[in-house]
Amino acid sequence: MARFARSAHVARKERSEALARGLFFVMSITMIVPLVAIVGYLIFKAAPSLSWEFLVDIPRRGMREGGIWPAFVGTLYLVGLSLAVATPIGVLAAIYLHEYAKDNWFNRVINLAVINLAGVPSIVHALFGLGAFVYAARFGYSVLAAALTLAIMTLPVIIASTREALASVPMAFRVACWNVGASRWQTIRSVVLPNSISGILTGVILQVSRAAGETAPIMFTGAVFFKAVRRGDLFPYGLDDQCMALSMHLYTVSTQVPNVQESIPYATAVVLLGSVLAVNATAIALRVWLRNRKRW
Amino acid sequence: MRADVAGPGPRPRRPAIEVAAERLLEGVIRLFGVSAIGFVLAIFFFIFREAAPVLFSREFHLPEFLFSTQWYPTSESNVRYGTFALTIGTLSVTSVAIVLAVPFGLGAAIYVSEFCGPKLRETLKIVIELLAAIPSVVWGFIGLTVMSRITTTLTGAPVGVNLLNGGVILALMSVPIIVSIGEDALKAVPDSYREAALAMGATRWQTVHRVLLPAARNGLLAAVLLGVGRAVGETMAVLMATGHAVQIPHGLLDSVRTLTANIAAELGEAPAGSDHYRVLFLTGTLLFLITFVINFTADLAIRGVRRE
Repeated sequence: MARFARSAHVARKERSEALARGLFFVMSITMIVPLVAIVGYLIFKAAPSLSWEFLVDIPRRGMREGGIWPAFVGTLYLVGLSLAVATPIGVLAAIYLHEYAKDNWFNRVINLAVINLAGVPSIVHALFGLGAFVYAARFGYSVLAAALTLAIMTLPVIIASTREALASVPMAFRVACWNVGASRWQTIRSVVLPNSISGILTGVILQVSRAAGETAPIMFTGAVFFKAVRRGDLFPYGLDDQCMALSMHLYTVSTQVPNVQESIPYATAVVLLGSVLAVNATAIALRVWLRNRKRW
Repeated sequence: MRADVAGPGPRPRRPAIEVAAERLLEGVIRLFGVSAIGFVLAIFFFIFREAAPVLFSREFHLPEFLFSTQWYPTSESNVRYGTFALTIGTLSVTSVAIVLAVPFGLGAAIYVSEFCGPKLRETLKIVIELLAAIPSVVWGFIGLTVMSRITTTLTGAPVGVNLLNGGVILALMSVPIIVSIGEDALKAVPDSYREAALAMGATRWQTVHRVLLPAARNGLLAAVLLGVGRAVGETMAVLMATGHAVQIPHGLLDSVRTLTANIAAELGEAPAGSDHYRVLFLTGTLLFLITFVINFTADLAIRGVRRE
């Protein structure tokens, strides 16, 4: 069978193929394995503090002991409010960009603006929030100013994922609808939105996880190191109050407060990371479920 | 044929109120569509408005701001607003991050897009998406605690929070972006290219190396640029992981401070309206412009891909 033996050239080719495959595999794994290990380590270090009590209790003894309730509720407030502002703007903006906008220079500028909005550093958003909402609009350091800053920061997330959801509705659906005499908006309302609503929802969920994790934009617009709140109180903040937030709390207990009980910063990090990843996993699960259900 | 369909008479019209409501709604949609431009302009306007008065201050000199390494914003007698060391700090941390992240990011993008099977691909993509979702303050915390200990053990550096530590953390943060955009770029290359290469007897690696990389060049460039953009703009992670020394680093184990971290660290203690406060806003304006240029270039690169 010598006729079919591999020539030196083919052997070399296959060697480099195997080498490349192995190398790229290792590269993909290198960034994942250590991280899983690190997250495991965080949970291990946090274990002494992790309990229901930690979540609903307030920080005690200058944040050296106790729980994270005010920060947890503060994050819920900020995320909820920013969601309420960013979702309608983001979804409607995406509808404009995908369903109405023609490919001309003006709409290219809008696209550029959206991309740029996504790329602005978070600390620059913080400066903007401080200049625009805290001082110019006179909201002061407040939940409202911080949530608005977060809303503008997370707007591109909603716009991008809504556009993707709209783009996944086949053009033929729209054309069919126009041909029976529906107007542009009637088509969007009765055909495009019902077929993309779950995709849009995914984007909104992603916005939640992004907003929950941000620290810099709220640091100077409304989040504070400490605020006295009753244990387990669900409505501790008004719109014009300052609030605590999980991400800010993690920064505070890990860098600003000396002699914190060691497991507290770890536990705070685990709660923040866990919430964000859980929200993201929900979005991913929703997307996978959607794709499997798709009939076209 | 039914008379009510084909019969003569005026065309049925929708009620005027419905048409008006639709017009109004479409107006709102258009307004929000355009709002992104408004937000970007507003960001620039409000930051620059806070920063502008300092340009005319006696204590402030533009060349000093850009090229001096002396940053003594709170000094009583000798106030200096030189951000050069901070700029170098940003550049050095970003460079370390990019040197680490680009090969791994592009390698992973190639693996996910070209080498692995569909099951593994889905899993890897989900893991990468989850990595991208980890909040920057958690990255900072990892850098401050776990990673800095690893850094001191491995290098024997006296302080764990330094340039190398921050660079590694930033690299880990930038990799998911590079992978996902890079994978998009590779996926955008038509399958006919791959089929043609396969028909010529090329192995996958040869296809990637000779056909796909040149074809996806612009998209991969955009992936790298967006990774750079993320690294330049990152705040909390570098604030917590790079140490706090305002100095030009002489080695990987020196502590540095970046432009972003400097704002985050000092804005809280700078009285509103003071020169110090305004200089921090001016730094913000500078950052805004830098990231604008990076994003604009990345957009041009991606647009180049679509044209082809």
